[in-house]
Order: sequence, then structure tokens, then C-alpha cells
Amino acid sequence: MTATPATTRLVGRDVPRVEDAALIRGRGRFVDDIAPPGLLHAAFLRSPHAHAAIARIDAEAARALPGVHAVFTLADLAPYLTDTRLVVALPSPAYRQELHRPVLAQTEVVHVGEAVAVVVAESRHLAEDAAALVEVEYDPLPPVADCVAALEAGAPTAHRDASSNLAAELVLEYGAVDAVFATAPHRFAERLSVHRGGSHSIECRGVVARPDPLEDRLTVWSSTQTPHTAHRLLCDLLGLEERAIRVITPDVGGGFGPKLIFYPEEVVVALAARLLGRPVKWIEDRSEHFVATTQERDQSWDVELATDNEGRILGLRGTLVHDHGAWTARGVNIPQGAVSAMPLAYVVPTFRMAMKVAVTNKVPTTPVRGAGQPQGVFAMERLLDKAARGLGIDRAEIRRRNLVPGERMPYATPLKTRGGMQVVLDSGDYPRCQSMALEGADWAGFPERQRAARAQGRYLGIGIANYVEGTGRGPFEHVSVRIEPSGRIVVATGAAAMGQSTHTMLAQLVAEQLGGDMSRVQVIAGDTAAAPMGIGGSNSRQAVLAGSSAHVAATRVREKVLHVAATMLEAAEGDLEIEGDAVQVKGVPEMKVTLAAVARAVAGTPGFAIPGGRGPGLGASEEVVIDAMAYANGTAVAEVEVDAETGGVTINNLVFAHDCGNALHPRIVDGQLMGGIAHGIGNALFEHMRYDEEAQPTSTTLADYLLVTATEMPPVRILHMHSPTPLNPLGIKGVGEAGVIPVPAAIASAIEDALSPFGVRIAQVPLSPVDLLALIDPQASGSAA
Amino acid sequence: MSDAMHDFTLTVNGQAYAIRVEARRTLADALREDCGLTGTHLGCEHGVCGACTVLMDGQPVRACLLFAVQAEGRAIRTVEGLAEGGALNPLQRAFAENHALQCGYCTPGFLMLGTAILETDPSISDEALVEALSSNLCRCTGYANIARAIRAAADAMSTEGAT
Ligand code: FES
Ligand code: FES
Repeated sequence: MTATPATTRLVGRDVPRVEDAALIRGRGRFVDDIAPPGLLHAAFLRSPHAHAAIARIDAEAARALPGVHAVFTLADLAPYLTDTRLVVALPSPAYRQELHRPVLAQTEVVHVGEAVAVVVAESRHLAEDAAALVEVEYDPLPPVADCVAALEAGAPTAHRDASSNLAAELVLEYGAVDAVFATAPHRFAERLSVHRGGSHSIECRGVVARPDPLEDRLTVWSSTQTPHTAHRLLCDLLGLEERAIRVITPDVGGGFGPKLIFYPEEVVVALAARLLGRPVKWIEDRSEHFVATTQERDQSWDVELATDNEGRILGLRGTLVHDHGAWTARGVNIPQGAVSAMPLAYVVPTFRMAMKVAVTNKVPTTPVRGAGQPQGVFAMERLLDKAARGLGIDRAEIRRRNLVPGERMPYATPLKTRGGMQVVLDSGDYPRCQSMALEGADWAGFPERQRAARAQGRYLGIGIANYVEGTGRGPFEHVSVRIEPSGRIVVATGAAAMGQSTHTMLAQLVAEQLGGDMSRVQVIAGDTAAAPMGIGGSNSRQAVLAGSSAHVAATRVREKVLHVAATMLEAAEGDLEIEGDAVQVKGVPEMKVTLAAVARAVAGTPGFAIPGGRGPGLGASEEVVIDAMAYANGTAVAEVEVDAETGGVTINNLVFAHDCGNALHPRIVDGQLMGGIAHGIGNALFEHMRYDEEAQPTSTTLADYLLVTATEMPPVRILHMHSPTPLNPLGIKGVGEAGVIPVPAAIASAIEDALSPFGVRIAQVPLSPVDLLALIDPQASGSAA
Repeated sequence: MSDAMHDFTLTVNGQAYAIRVEARRTLADALREDCGLTGTHLGCEHGVCGACTVLMDGQPVRACLLFAVQAEGRAIRTVEGLAEGGALNPLQRAFAENHALQCGYCTPGFLMLGTAILETDPSISDEALVEALSSNLCRCTGYANIARAIRAAADAMSTEGAT
């Protein structure tokens, strides 16, 4: 089935969000709002060095401070842990060394911000005061600050006992790429450096752990995107049975990737609470977020495109060096995602990308909204611009010639996912989507606008970028739907909400089947006591996976409700409908039985048969398995003006045409895209996580690391295509990350176009005014004017 | 370190809170922890993000940059005071109707900033509105819907006022 507003009452419509009522009253419950009685506060002592040996830790003075309950180092905690490392790496044959990060650093620190000890005290202020009294004697070691230099012969190693800085290497290839390059009529090479910073959700991370002696259970509230993973790791590390720990994700103030990681602070706070028998809270502050929460950072690309005389792609090859940071906090999925995203929108007959993942003395890198894909798209689109220029073909036209055409869907690419499954583009019409964007941006009329502006000494440029994104990574998400004896509908899921309207999405899908009143549906997301299993939020997956499970579970409950009600009303099932809180005979609303009555009828009475003959209860639980990813696509066109005197860039217009299949809630889809677009603008022009040569971070406040504000947002026009995917019953594709993916590439393309009189070539993002001024050749400026 | 404690009264949303805090206690912490008003959020604690925006004598201020003692004798307003008698006010309604929030973490700050804008300059130009909003950060929405919501609230209030 496909859900379209013509046949649905809630799905596909802009219904009010169920999250809003509490949030706009200031009654949200974020992790820092949780304050159980007897609460103690934790502060972490963090390394000021990028790389140093720890000679000695002396915490006596700190422990002696009144109000301090404990200072723990790894030596203090190790006896209570089954492992002193966080073994969280995704499986891959690519690893060349094991880099499981320690719960706390003990003998060596490998990045600024790495946690060395924790202080637990009556207040956060006291804990911080005491942390300043912990004496750590460090012997500085040579730091590794740059991922490319890290792999050069003779480079110091980021870990003193390591034999190299190669964390992993892998090659993604198909076809006889070198043979194709040897005879190709045209080859275009680029060396690119692509930087992405952090996620910078406005809420930082936080953990509250509360031991409950009555229930003999530890409750942990964490601002995590993956509560079930946190639960498993906490049980493993603390050696506790599953029932002994409950992890709850309260309201989360934005995730964007890094909150899906399991962090040292989560286990340390949980263990501290157990050891002290008191609730303990740790709330990350922004300066910690810069040095302790994972980010994406640097990639260096050497890439080459081979084409025929018409600009048709014959092959694509190159190398990528990726900054891994000091530990494996997730895996090799950023470089892998980046490289996989590169050819996806286009027909690329031969391909080889060799990736090297370099250890550096910096915060570990893990996916941030987009997860490498913006970088891969940037590399591909830069090459296509270069080829267009070299061959004298319009930039949009060269793309049109190479996009996977609509009539070839489903299109089996030779690529494989990280799980080894073939990448099959399931649906869509990429060239048509690009045409929509071009038309929306008046691409054809741009040369005239550009000429007119140049005549006034102004530099306008237009740029384009395409993307195809694998969304809805499987295998499943758990959802249960149950009608309680009160008649209320309870939905529990392993999905986790962090601002993407997950509660609304699930309430909408379930209410659609069960009476159409969302206010009767209570959604419990991110509570390991409510859902036996779950994967959580990442990979633009929750609407696809949890949405599908919710839809199927609710449909099953609906069938049972109608069946039992038919027995109770002595009517035919087909004559019944569920309306609000009751099942009624169509057109005869007086003939009805409430959902509560139906639920009670099948709740069971000792010695009596259950009516309907379909077993007890009105519940269904689903884990719809969807292994194949649903591929969404889109095109961004940006029009910019560059001030050649200041290097300042103004985005005059941004058109984003996309196809995410059916939209469950059009306004939420637009909201997700707008947030992603804003993030993409930040990646193109502003966000730079800077380190010096000693691997000391130098952008550690939001005054140095610039997030896009209202004034930097251009007028944005979002255009929609709806090609439902056949891969899930709702026909939807994920949309949480799409906005960010093509935007840096489109802006770079536009800036290069604007500065073409100066012969400027864009090979990097972000592009600050200082960067651009350095690229603008003043001599050329003089002759062009 | 062992600062002397200060006893005084904070007036928040018209209600008096007798609190006892160290001189270094920020207004944000005092609101959240001593008054139990956790609607005011912290996003940076260095005066950039605006998540902690509250009104002090009608002016938007960063509660993370003020000490609680500086707010003695002033009228503080926070997000909890917006709903009049439990009913959402026009600005709150406009935020929901225009999807001006996703995670909602920045929202209390934007609501208070918006309140100040509506009270001081209800017919503010679009440009000035965007300029004013640039003092707060949101990572989820891309801002357009926040501006739209404040505009919609201004319109709703002016027609309400006219009728
Ligand atoms: S928390 Fe006050 S401005 Fe960010
Ligand atoms: S709604 Fe999430 S930060 Fe603004």
C-alpha cells in the first residue's frame, strides 16, 4: 500500500506534533532536568595534552576537600569492571590495529580532553574545584596533528607503543578501472581537502544514574540516540544481568550523530552511582563538547575521473586519507560512507577508491549528520565541474548525461554496503529531479544575471550538486502496539527520539489504523524497560524501520479489534469501523462498542472462553526486517555573490529538489531538510574545528566555532518528487540527513563560478573569507575589471 | 571557593522565590536548581547560544552570564510564565503551528526573545526580525519557521488587538 492523503486521515498530513505541548511550555524533560533526591554531581578531569605519558596521579588533596564524595581513576574502577576498554567498533576486515578506548586513561593520554579521573561531589562547582586539585604528572610525547603527515614514514606514532598510525585500510572497487584510464580520451584529477566539524546539538551530552535498592536496579538516563546499545554495554561492563539496568533516553536536545556513540562518561557515572549508592549526574558543558564528543574533521582526497568526448563517465579512481582521531569509537564507516556516496547518483562503469584511515592525537571521529556522504558528494561534484570546464559542456548537462536514468530503476550498482549487500537503487527519476531544481533556480537565465552583475562589478555564481543517499539502514526496529483496558493505546519502540518528531510519526501511523485520534496514543521511545530490543537513531532510519513496524503492528491490532468487536456487536467485520474510542457499525454510530470494552473482553476471565477465538489481548509486536536500504535523491542549486574585496559570501538563493518517496508529514520533512541545509551551509562556509600543530584544539567556544545563525540563512525553496520505494509498506525513504549532503558541494561550485574571472579553483571546504581572499589573485582581478 | 551564602528573593513570573546561593551562582542555575524552573536551558554557558534567554525587566538577557544576585529586585520572566492561566499564548501557539521547534531545546530561549520582540516592536520589519533572531542558535530548524512563527504571532496579536 502507499499512504496518500487522499485515502488517509492522518498519514501524509501536517497534523500537530505531539511533542510540542510540553516543549513550548518549558515542561520538556531533558537529562539535566532530572534531579532525584540525594543527587551528587560529577566532573571529569581531562587531559590538557594531545599526547603524554601519565607518570603519576595524586588525588589526595581533591579527596580531602569538604563535600567531595569520591575521586576515581581507572585503578579505582577496574576491580568493578569486566573490561577497562569500550569495545564498540563495528565489524570490518579493514582494521590494522585495535584501538578500543579506555574507560579512563591510565598510562597515556592521546588527545586533549581525554578523561583521566572523575570527581563526585555535592555540587558541580565543588566537583570542578576538586578536579583542579588532582595532580597529574605528565611526560609529554610527540603529538600527531595531521592525518596525512601521520602516515608518512618516520612520523611519530599517536600511541607510543604502536608501530604505525594506520588504523585501517580498505579498497572499494569494481571493473577494470586502470585499463579504462589507460585508454580514456579525457582524464581530470583533483586534490581536495574536506573538513567537517562537530554536530553541536544545542544540548550537550549528559548522564544521570540512580541506584534503586528497593528494586535492586540501576536506572540510567542518558542523552543517547542508542539506549539499547548503552544498556547492553553497561550490562557487559558492569557484569550485571539485563534486568538490573534500565536505560532511558529522556527528551534529547538534538543528536546529529555523535550521541549514537557509547561514551566513557556513561559507564563511569553509572559505576560511580553504584559504588556510592547515590544518584550521580554529569552534564557536559560546551567546552567539553568540543574536546570529548566525537566529530568528523579532516579528509584528504586525490581523485581522478575518466570520460569520453561527450563527458560520459568511463571510470573513477583515487585515494582518500581520513582522520580517525585517537580511538575507534565507531568504525571505518565515515570514509566508507564517503566513498560509497561518490558514484551513487551516476552511471560509473569502473571504480576504485583506496582509503587509509590515520590515527591522530585528536578526538575520535564518528558520523555527524550526513556521515561522510557530503564529502564523497563534494569530491564527485568537484570532478564533474572540472570535466565540464575541460570539455566545454554546461555543468548541469554533463550531470544529466551521467545520472542514472529513471527508466533503469531498479538499478543494481556494482557497489556493496558495509554489510556486504549489493546496492540497488530502488526508485526515483534523478534527471527529472535535477530538471526541477534547474527550473526552480532559473539556471537557464543565470548567465544573463551574472553578466548584468559583472557589469556593476559584482561577482555572482551558480552551482549544482546531486546526491543519492542510502536511508533506513536495517535490519529492523522494534515496535509494539497495545490497547489497554482503559482503551488507551500504548506504543513502545526501540527507536529513540532526538528532535525528529519520532513520537508524532508513530502516533500518526498507529492512530491512522486505530480510530484516528492521536491524543489516545501514548508513545514510549527510548526506554529499555518498555521495549525488549532496539537499534535506535542513526542513518535516517527511524521513520523507515520503526514506521514500518508500527504500521504493520497497528494493522494487526486493528484486524483483531474488528474481529472481536464483530462478535460482540453480532455484525460483519466488513461493516465495522474504528472511530475515536469505539468500534461502530458504519453509518450507525449508535451501534458501537468501546475499545476499552473490546480490550476488557479479551483480557480473560477465569473459566470463560475468550470471545473472537483469536487469543487474549489486543497487542502486536513487530520487527519488520528490511535489509536493503531505500535510496533517496536530490539536487541542490545555490546562487551566491562573492565580495572580491572581503571574501564574504552571500547565498542569494538555494533550491533543493528531492525525492524521499511518500512523505508521512510534509511539514516535518521540510523541517528536517531545512535543518540539514543550515548545517550544510555551516560546513561550506563557517564550521571549522581547528587544531594547531601540537594537536591543541583552538576553536573551543561557539564564538570561535561558528554555527549558522538566522542572518546567514538564504531564501530556500524545497521542491518535492514522490517516488515511493517498494522496499517498505509505507513507500518512504529517510530524510534526516539529506539536507546537508549536497549543499557544501553546490556552494563550492557556485563560488568557483562567481570567481571564474580570477581563475579561482575551489578544492576545499569550509571556505572562510580569509581562505577566499587567498585564492583570489589580485593581478587577475585588476585585468578582469 | 567557600563563598559566603547570599539570602535574597528572586521574582520570577510574578512569584517570589526565597533562595540562598553562593555569589558565583548564575541566574540560570538559580532558576533551574533553586527555583525548580527547568524550562530555561543551557547550551554553552558562555553567552553565545541564547538557549538561556530570559527577560529581566522586559529586556532579553543571557541567564548564564548573570549572577543570580544581580537579579535581586528585578522582574524575571521565563518560558514557564508564558501560558496565561494554562492556555498557550499566541506566540506559543504560533511556534507549534509553524513547526518552529524540533528538539525544542533552543525553544524557551527563542520564545523569550520573541516575546521581547513582540512587546517592544510588534511591527518589526522582516530584516530586523532576522537580525534580532541571529542572537540565538538553533541546530534543528534552519530558523525560517522561527521567524515565520514570530511574524504570525505579531499578526494574530494585532488583529486580536484591532477587534
Ligand atoms: S547558555 Fe547562555 S548563551 Fe548559551
Ligand atoms: S529545535 Fe533543536 S536546537 Fe532548536
